[in-house]
Amino acid sequence: MKASFFHNSGRLTRLIFRRDRLRISLWLLIITALTMITAFAYTNLFTTQQEIMIYAETMRNPAMTAMMGPGYGLDNYTYGAMMAHTMLVLTALAVAIMNIFLVARHTRRDEESGRIEMIRSLPVGRLSNLTATTLASFTVNILLALLTGIGLFLLGIESMDLQGSLLYGASLGAAGIFFAAVTALFVQLTANTRNAIGYAVIFLGISYLVRALGDVSSEALSLLSPLGLITRTQVFVNNYWWPLLLTVAAALAITALAFKLNSLRDLEAGLLPARSGRKTASSWLRNPLGLALKLQRTSLIAWAAGLFILGASYGSVFGDVDAFLESVEMYREIFIIAEDIPFVEQFIATLMSVIALIATAPALIMILKVKSEEKASRIEHLLSRAVSRKQVMGSYLLISLAASLLMLLLSAAGMWTAAAAVMADPVPLSLFLKSALVYLPAIWALIGLTVLIIGYKPGAALFSWIYLGYSFLVIYLGEMLQIPDWLSGLTPYGYVPKIPIEEINIPALIILTIISIILMAAGFRGYRQRDIQLSG
Amino acid sequence: MAVIEIKDLAKSFGEVQALDGINLEVQEGEVYGYIGPNGAGKTTTIRILLGILQADRGKAAVFGRDAWQDAVEIHKRIAYVPGEVNLWPNLTGGEIIDLFVQLRGNNHKSRREELIARFDLDPSKKCRSYSKGNRQKVALVAAFAAEADLYLLDEPSSGLDPLMEKVFQECITEFKEEGKTVFLSSHILSEVEKLCDKLSIIRQGKIIESGSLNELQHLTRTRMVLETKEEIPSLQDLRGIHDLKKQNNSHSFLVDTAELDKVIQHVSKFGVKKLESSPPKLEDVFMEHYRDEGGES
Repeated sequence: MKASFFHNSGRLTRLIFRRDRLRISLWLLIITALTMITAFAYTNLFTTQQEIMIYAETMRNPAMTAMMGPGYGLDNYTYGAMMAHTMLVLTALAVAIMNIFLVARHTRRDEESGRIEMIRSLPVGRLSNLTATTLASFTVNILLALLTGIGLFLLGIESMDLQGSLLYGASLGAAGIFFAAVTALFVQLTANTRNAIGYAVIFLGISYLVRALGDVSSEALSLLSPLGLITRTQVFVNNYWWPLLLTVAAALAITALAFKLNSLRDLEAGLLPARSGRKTASSWLRNPLGLALKLQRTSLIAWAAGLFILGASYGSVFGDVDAFLESVEMYREIFIIAEDIPFVEQFIATLMSVIALIATAPALIMILKVKSEEKASRIEHLLSRAVSRKQVMGSYLLISLAASLLMLLLSAAGMWTAAAAVMADPVPLSLFLKSALVYLPAIWALIGLTVLIIGYKPGAALFSWIYLGYSFLVIYLGEMLQIPDWLSGLTPYGYVPKIPIEEINIPALIILTIISIILMAAGFRGYRQRDIQLSG
Repeated sequence: MAVIEIKDLAKSFGEVQALDGINLEVQEGEVYGYIGPNGAGKTTTIRILLGILQADRGKAAVFGRDAWQDAVEIHKRIAYVPGEVNLWPNLTGGEIIDLFVQLRGNNHKSRREELIARFDLDPSKKCRSYSKGNRQKVALVAAFAAEADLYLLDEPSSGLDPLMEKVFQECITEFKEEGKTVFLSSHILSEVEKLCDKLSIIRQGKIIESGSLNELQHLTRTRMVLETKEEIPSLQDLRGIHDLKKQNNSHSFLVDTAELDKVIQHVSKFGVKKLESSPPKLEDVFMEHYRDEGGES
């Protein structure tokens, strides 16, 4: 490759930092702050060595290993070991996502939007943009490594010495560099940004799964995954640097391949042939409901999988829940309402209230799609044909209602699956289901409110989210902060009986349902009568 | 029976009076042009006809039914192409055409294939990769593929290349032969001039001219270039002469079509050596009204 291929790379690198100075600063700030706050929180959460050791015991199960990576130093658990065990893989995921977006944004997206064409018409080498993006992303990752490393060390926690702290930061940086390289490779393959990001994220997902599988079954398998490699630093326990050397070496090799491919292809072309889509619509994409479903399919599947995993990860701690709650004062305040009911049941009741609140989000997203479609002036394609407004709103409402049911079912099922695997004396599935499904009327009330807002004042849709946020605060922190009852009375979730520790309250649920129906009917009325918004 | 009937229609968005007492009637089988500058109220009129916006006052009826109340019934018989075509980026053109045809109720597979071929559209591409012109084609194919009695077209050819514009014009001509009604909004006069039987000019929410092409041509001016043996004294004082330029014995000027006869009689006395005239253009009426912007009123 000739030197002229790289002409003006330095200027382009500066351009990237100029364009993204805010974005990059925010990412660095958030990841560093999150790391430091978590480490600091652990020192407050566990104050005695005995508490730390009880926590170590709860971490000693395959579910935890699969989720977070192998626990090193469990026999002599420290804040440092705890930090490496619980936070390293999760933070590395966030760092990987940051790199995927950063690289895709400055390579394929700029190319797709025609900006690279303008750049290339100037005296700029044909590999300069990829060089600049690689330099910029590597610099960002090195900065991140230093910031988190020094930040952790400055906390002055005994088990987090300078070497360990820097290694922790470097592990994140190495993971970041690896995924920057992987993204630089994928953007050569496909002509469209969305696909490039999609492939990179799938690769990240596979890396996580390979590590999870490897961590519970085969050490060699884990070493194939970059996420597995970085946990092998055994940071704060043994502090090995060799896994990072391997990770970075692999990243450099992948980067070299990306450069080679970049020099072979045309501008704005991808190396993989563009997959052509269907020439005709499938039979179910022939009515407003089918369209609404198709548009939200990916989001629906992602949320469903997410809630199942969330349920399962809560469920995986059920085996040790008694010991766990004994040990930690703060958790006891959150979860325990009455002393005479088994901890496990109280735990289920509190978890379900949180899960129900989270499960409301996808339901709201599904119904709010009516509004965003209107804003994108795509609703008029339907309304200008033989489709009534009732059908349009009805399609999205139906999906929203179905989503509320699906999300609760899946999270309960996930929780039960994991709990059944780790508990000596498993709680029956029916109890999980009852405890979850009892929240349906409350979710419907929020959906109803949203339909009402869309029907009359679509600009105010943010209120639904604020209201959900308020409900979350009141329900989640209510017990701990001892807030007055009337505050929780302002949200529908406050009227839902906490099963299994409370009796089911049929009248309250029926009233909530009736209120939901009234809100929805009123919203339909408003939607039929108002103007559809003009774009632009 | 009038296919479209608009009486004293008004609509405002907050402070802005988008439509201010519009009157308009489109008869069955007519190709009706609706022209005006951007922001004149063309799209607002069409959206009211579609029942997407509700009028503040006045009547908007399609096929004799109320555009707001009976929207769904009306839409079974109309085809609409928006000016700005926004499509779902993750659906292919083919999928969207099928969906749209299906939503109108009757499927015409053969017409679809024929139109895709005529408009030279690749239906297997996702809409995110279509250019503006290709998105326009998707909307046109979807609208034309199904049988309709009224075609509502809002600046439908704004993104098409000249070749495709010709295909579009052929389609409209076919509809005309089949006795369909077409309501075509545009800010490009030549497009309307070629296709339409009648037209209305809208500006700032008001119809300022309306009528058949011939009727409107009375308002137009003919450009003339004239060379005479003798000098014509005080030509500029004649009624209906505008934009006079003189070079030796050669005169170039515009004549109001209504005054044409008198002008010719007058100048013939001076021994005409050469007379050239270019046909009256609607463009001139149009420009006239555009120029007025901010002038009177």
